[in-house]
Parts: sequence; structure tokens; C-alpha cells
Amino acid sequence: MNEFVRGIKRGFPICLGYIPVSFTFGLIAVKMGFTPAQATLISLTNMASAGQFAGIRLIEGGAPYIELVITTFVINLRYFLMSLSLSQKVNPEMPFYKRAIMAYCITDEVFALASMEPEDVTFPFFGGLMLTPILGWTSGTLLGAIASNLLSPMMQGCMGIALYCMFIAIIIPPARKSRKVALAVVVAAALSCIFKYVPGINVLSTVGGGGWSIITAAILGAAICASIKEVKRRRKAALAAERSAQ
Amino acid sequence: MNHLYICMFLMFLTTYLIRVIPIGFVRKKMENLWIQDFIYYIPFCVLSAMTFPDVLYSTTATGVEPHISVSAVIATAVAIIMSWRRRGLVAVALVAVLVAIIVELALPVLF
Repeated sequence: MNEFVRGIKRGFPICLGYIPVSFTFGLIAVKMGFTPAQATLISLTNMASAGQFAGIRLIEGGAPYIELVITTFVINLRYFLMSLSLSQKVNPEMPFYKRAIMAYCITDEVFALASMEPEDVTFPFFGGLMLTPILGWTSGTLLGAIASNLLSPMMQGCMGIALYCMFIAIIIPPARKSRKVALAVVVAAALSCIFKYVPGINVLSTVGGGGWSIITAAILGAAICASIKEVKRRRKAALAAERSAQ
Repeated sequence: MNHLYICMFLMFLTTYLIRVIPIGFVRKKMENLWIQDFIYYIPFCVLSAMTFPDVLYSTTATGVEPHISVSAVIATAVAIIMSWRRRGLVAVALVAVLVAIIVELALPVLF
């Protein structure tokens, strides 16, 4: 129970941050012809920001099913990495149904907070963590869908930055503490910019709604940082072996 | 009508399968140190790659305009400074939105 309450407390800021973003989603969905109930249902079943925005754009444009599935797959492929990462942070004995419930709410922010936990993530903690963000994401969508005519387009646009600034607030403090993390943040950002701006390579960011670019930048970035650490580890081991040989 | 609900179901199914397969079926703790490091870096790299450079375009109405917006650049700078000083998620996000709105309102007046 204690863990559950701790999860709720940790998750509540995410809930607040989700409201402006899902609000924007509700606004856009209604403008595209979805009903408030449909928009809310999409939010409840997907819990995925970028994937949902791309999805409704495709549905509205009359895209074939296969394009919808491929785009959703590519944009959300990062959740595969997050889920894999979380699989290493739960008790190996945890039953499948608990894992299946947790999987539903592996969002960028919920994952980020769960992975910053120093210990293994328990089911009650994750349950508490995901509870209010789910409420915030769905109710924000509904509010935005209902209030779609109250906000000017300029203000709607400005709310779009909220999501990214939450990411910034999640990654900067640990980057300040650890040079390894700072390196990872800089390398991944640099790769992402290369994939967007360098001619020839930038197909990565134009195909599949930007999903390939994020996935490639993240995998390459993490691989580079892990390899740098591996090299350092080997050098240290070689030095230690040399010393013990003397 | 049915078409729409099939689309919504496909979105749900694709998203959920991506999420459930790794955590649902990977039970072994990975021993390899390189893989452990790789997985340790993944969250930071994913979030960073998602944020940059897209955040600089994010204050336009659709979020996909071809030009970097001044309001987004200024709001991002404010968000980075606030995060560096360890302000919370919500404070950072709200202040950034307010800064973006103020800049958007001020720009036409100034120029």
C-alpha cells in the first residue's frame, strides 16, 4: 500500500503535465471530425502522444489500414526499448498479468520516472505511478474536445511545447549529476539533429512521422555511450591485470 | 463508421503489442555489461532525441510547421535553465507555455 501511495505521489506531476498536451489532442481531434467520446476513447486505449496525433491525421486523410499500422508502429517503437528496459527493473518472478497491466501505461514520462527509481520497480508502485497520468490524459482530451472553440490557435500552438519541456525537466537534472548521462543526452540530440538536417540522411525524419529518426538516434546514441564505457572498462581491467602480473 | 472503429482498434493493438512483448516475455536479467549499459542509456537517449530539434518547432498550431519559431527557442532556453536549477516537471512545462504565449503576443507589437 505504501508503495502504491508513493507511486501516486510520483505520478501526479505527470498527470498535471499531460492535461495541456491531451487538451491539444482533444482540440485537434474534434477539428478533424472526431466526436469528443471518440477522441477520449483513442486517448484511453493508446496512451501515446505522438502516435495518436499521427494516427488521427492519417485516419482523417483516409490512409489505408497498413499505413496506419506501420506509422503507429514506427512512432511507438521507442516503447519497445522502454519496455525492454523496464523488464530488467522488475522482479523476474512477476506474473504475466501484472506485466500486461504495466505494459499498458509505458509512456515516455511514466517510464522515465520508473527508470529513475534506484531499486527494482514493484507492481503497486507502478500501479500508483500510472493511475493519475491515465486520468489526466483522458480527462484532458475530453476537456480539449469540449472546449475546442474557446482557445485561439496561437494559444493552442503554445501548449504544444509543454510535452517537450517535461522531457527537458526529466533529463537535465540527472545529466547535471552524471557526465555519462550528459554525454548520452548530447550525443542523442546531435544525432537526431543530423537525421533531420543533413541532406540524404534526413529521409529518416520525413518517412513515418519522425519515428525512425528517434529510434535510430536513441539506439545509436546508447550504443556509442555503452561502447565508450566498455572501452574504459577493458582498459581498466588490462591495467589491473598488468599490475597484478608485476 | 465501422471503418473508424477498426482504425482505432488497429492503433490500440499496434501500440499495446509493442509495449507488452518485451516486459511480458523477457524474464532473464541480462548479464552482459554492454547490454546493461545500453539499456541504462536508452531512456536519456530516447527523450533527448524526441525533444531535439522538434521542440524548436513545437509552438506552431500543428507542431509540424517548416520553420523554427522564436517563441519556442526562448521557451526552450527558459525550460533548460529552470531544469538545470532542478525545478519540477509541472513548473517547467507551465512556465515554458506562458513564456511562449508572451513571446507570441509581444512579437507583433515589437516588430
